[in-house]
Amino acid sequence: MAPADPRARPGADDLVRAGAADLAARLAAREVSSEEVVRAHLDRIAAVDGTPGDGRGVAAFLHVSAQEALADARAVDARRAAGESLHPLAGVPVAVKDVVVTRGTPTTAGSKILEGWVPPYDATLVERLRAAGMPLLGKTNMDEFAMGSSTEHSAYGPTRNPWDTSRTPGGSGGGSAAAVAAFEAPLAVGTDTGGSIRQPAAVTGSVGVKPTYGGISRYGLIAMASSLDQAGPCARSVLDAALLHEVMGGHDPRDATSLTDPVGALADAARSRDVRGMRVGVVRELTGDGFSAGVSASFRASLDLLEGAGAEVVEVSCPTFAHALDAYYLIMPSEASSNLARFDGMRFGLRVEPSEGPVTAERVMAATRGAGFGPEVKRRIILGTYALSAGYYDAYYGSAQKVRTLVQRDFAAAFEQADVLVSPTAPTTAFPLGSRLDDPLAMYAADIATIPANLAGVPGMSLPSGLAEDGLPVGFQVMAPARADERLYRLGGALEALLEDRWGAPLLASAPALETVPARRPEVAPA
Amino acid sequence: MPALSTDDVARLAALARIDLGPDELERLAGELDAVVAAVASVSSVVSDDVPATSHPLPLSDVYREDVVEPSLPVDDVLAGAPAAQDGRFLVPQILEED
Repeated sequence: MAPADPRARPGADDLVRAGAADLAARLAAREVSSEEVVRAHLDRIAAVDGTPGDGRGVAAFLHVSAQEALADARAVDARRAAGESLHPLAGVPVAVKDVVVTRGTPTTAGSKILEGWVPPYDATLVERLRAAGMPLLGKTNMDEFAMGSSTEHSAYGPTRNPWDTSRTPGGSGGGSAAAVAAFEAPLAVGTDTGGSIRQPAAVTGSVGVKPTYGGISRYGLIAMASSLDQAGPCARSVLDAALLHEVMGGHDPRDATSLTDPVGALADAARSRDVRGMRVGVVRELTGDGFSAGVSASFRASLDLLEGAGAEVVEVSCPTFAHALDAYYLIMPSEASSNLARFDGMRFGLRVEPSEGPVTAERVMAATRGAGFGPEVKRRIILGTYALSAGYYDAYYGSAQKVRTLVQRDFAAAFEQADVLVSPTAPTTAFPLGSRLDDPLAMYAADIATIPANLAGVPGMSLPSGLAEDGLPVGFQVMAPARADERLYRLGGALEALLEDRWGAPLLASAPALETVPARRPEVAPA
Repeated sequence: MPALSTDDVARLAALARIDLGPDELERLAGELDAVVAAVASVSSVVSDDVPATSHPLPLSDVYREDVVEPSLPVDDVLAGAPAAQDGRFLVPQILEED
């Protein structure tokens, strides 16, 4: 039987194209059931997603939880029918990056070393999604252990960009960004260590937010670099991102680095659309050289719109940002080399015995890690081991930590002159699959504009600012001081409204239609 | 002269407990040498009077009340283990034989 065509069921295409806020309103008004919404998205996934590794389809998902999502949806529908008071997003489905643990649902972090592992507990953010009554559609594809900028380092095969399936969707959270951009999920959760939410958002024409460090609990995230990792929302609009951020944010006693501040009125900020008098600082070092002409033109056009709406655009200089990428590629591998020591073949996941010689724990660890980790993970663990080793520690890791101080000072000085800082999110539009796989330094450069925010712990957002001359989306990055996430939503919501007034529709409405591909998964039983 | 030889990478891989084949050692040595050369500039842009930052937020120790909280059931935890026996992880021999 041919895969379900989303247009075959009346209203299904409309349901997958609706945003989360719109779906929430229609669910609350009982115009549609959560089961219908979930079914429409599962059908869309079946129609366009394919299988990672088979060379076709978007391949945004590593695992689709069709039956669980439908059961959760029916449970929400029953509670609503019984007149229970529900969370505003109850019944709106969400996809979750596979680096976030989900009880009873396979979690691999895109690695063979965790193939088949089923976590015994939920991440705090997953508990909060479930408590809000949001069905989990499945787990999204990613670079192995979130190490990469293209999702090509997934051990299961790359995700493809919905705008052009010969190109990458960015990374590491290419699966979450592609899932929302391909209308396979209204919302998705990502994690951002050096840009893994924002850079994929930029190249897929979607919205992604890295909250202030500590704004959303890290409990249940498979750690890469603990002083940089931050979960956040992926969506098709600034308002939808705010709604998901509000569900997941807030203090968690199980994460010692979790902020105690309340999450803030982010959706209100997204709706305010008022940037009059807001000082918008263009970071000189994150514009110009190294950024493609199409990216720069789109960025400048958005600045003009903001100025026209009453914002005050100023230029600021953050000279040490030029060294942020280098510092990041010492700090992140150092922390990763320590964090990934837990994958030792003893307590969970893969165990491989050495092909010859005695079978000791130490030799099993080395054989397991040699067989279970992919090339980028090995590269970073060994780089981190080197940066932390005797004789090199001060020159590399120590110096990188000092650069981190300088980056924070640059941010502090810039935020004296501006309420928010802005730049293009990524230096280019989506690059072709395979084009940077053999050149780690070219791959790393994709995150040049996003890394400073991680080093300083400040929040950042990417939202689409238009298409470059190649017809591919461009991302506009907004950064705010720590704990001032609402400024991202205020500026982002206003800019999005200005742009959509000009375009007449959201940018993703102009994305090309996707090819229907063979479904890998059992089809969902008809309603 | 490269900063990282294949012997260096072999030593680091042993420290990191990762078995690598000869081809992987060769390839990683080349790639890592390029990465190290690119990032080494960090040591030239900082001076001794700049303090190091290890974390984006000022952190203090966080305590909770000293009360027993529920733990995961043993069977749930061991369900994901490569090998288990008698309610415990079963691991290979941990000491080399003399």
